[in-house]
Amino acid sequence: MATEDVKLIGSWASVFVMRAKIALHLKSISYEFLQETFGSKSELLLKSNPVHKKMPVLIHADKPVCESNIIVQYIDEAWNSSGPSILPSHPYDRAIARFWAAYIDDQWFISLRSILTAQGEEEKKASIAQVEERTELLEKAFNDCSKGKPFFNGDHIGYLDIALGSFLGWWRVVELDANHKFLDETKTPSLAKWAERFCDDPAVKPIMPEITKLAEFARKLFPKPQA
Amino acid sequence: MADEVILLDYWPSMFGMRTKMALAEKGVKYEYKETDPWVKTSLLLEMNPIHKKIPVLIHNAKPICESLIQLEYIDEVWSDAYTILPSDPYQKSQARFWADFIDKKFYDPSWKVWATMGEEHAAAKKELLEHFKTLETELGDKSYYGGEVFGYVDIALMGYYSWFKAMEKFGEFSIETEFPKLTTWTKRCLKRESVVKALADSDRIIEYVYVMRKKFGAE
Repeated sequence: MATEDVKLIGSWASVFVMRAKIALHLKSISYEFLQETFGSKSELLLKSNPVHKKMPVLIHADKPVCESNIIVQYIDEAWNSSGPSILPSHPYDRAIARFWAAYIDDQWFISLRSILTAQGEEEKKASIAQVEERTELLEKAFNDCSKGKPFFNGDHIGYLDIALGSFLGWWRVVELDANHKFLDETKTPSLAKWAERFCDDPAVKPIMPEITKLAEFARKLFPKPQA
Repeated sequence: MADEVILLDYWPSMFGMRTKMALAEKGVKYEYKETDPWVKTSLLLEMNPIHKKIPVLIHNAKPICESLIQLEYIDEVWSDAYTILPSDPYQKSQARFWADFIDKKFYDPSWKVWATMGEEHAAAKKELLEHFKTLETELGDKSYYGGEVFGYVDIALMGYYSWFKAMEKFGEFSIETEFPKLTTWTKRCLKRESVVKALADSDRIIEYVYVMRKKFGAE
């Protein structure tokens, strides 16, 4: 296959950038990774995503695609003849995958992030309780979607696995920070096993950031107030 | 086996209007069930237990929630009829981007402009006008957002059309004066039966907004 001009603007620590990377790896697409400098936005980023000015941005043959879930779908469709399908094939399953991916970004992620930004113990406890509640829903969603198979998408990782799985590094960082385990063999048996499988997947393993590096980065991003 | 399609919707919902437009474009016959989202009926809770919101599209007893997801579903299931999303992957990604922009950015100030007062109202108005400008620029001289053909982004934004008059009234601005390209585009879209039949009367929406303003304490 001819090398196509594919660039990805992002950061090693970003969950949303990771989604794009996993999709590119699944499809065996070579790309140039353009690491953004922490604290500033490159000219290319601002030019390619003038509306949101955010990463990731996939640039394919000089044409930018923005928003991580939109990028993943684009990769699946533009390279539909290579690698496994990322979206399920049946329209109803696709609707369900899209529903839960939206839930993860609009509800679940917001409560996870609020643990790191919580002011005081009371706020933190409330955020933790909310993440517990929302994770329970994801455990049920996994059981419904996977139908006994190893991933949300069935036999191999797909759209919804990528949507949630890219959070696993940060999720671990939040668990350590809050001193609270969310992914647990007793509370979330299916998700706990799925998480291990996801991280071991050849498309994911080489690009999952190290937890210690992420934790250090988290301290920079979410500084604790001085006692 | 004949398809059974039910739509749980509430008459003022801009999201429900989108789904109605899409179903009409595809010529899909469906049963409309007026569902007040403030009254959580057992059917609504059963079909959308996570968000408990309308619209809910129920196809052969299986629920599909979230209007943009419904649009893609309708396009994929009734694929031999009029296509809503472009087939080219890049064009499709752009269509998804703009529909996402409308829901992520445009939606909030679009209701805050009538629901809030004072500083919050001023901020909402400023933001709303900025987003209208972005949408005006993106449309440019095209007939529709996707080019020559009415589609996904047009449906996503026209869903809000019934609410434009209320936004203008409480935001104290005129879309026709500020955004001439959008105005031409709305008139073009309003020539479509699917659009006209899906929309609520703008004055009825303004009456509804007065009721909602009291609820929000803005009256």
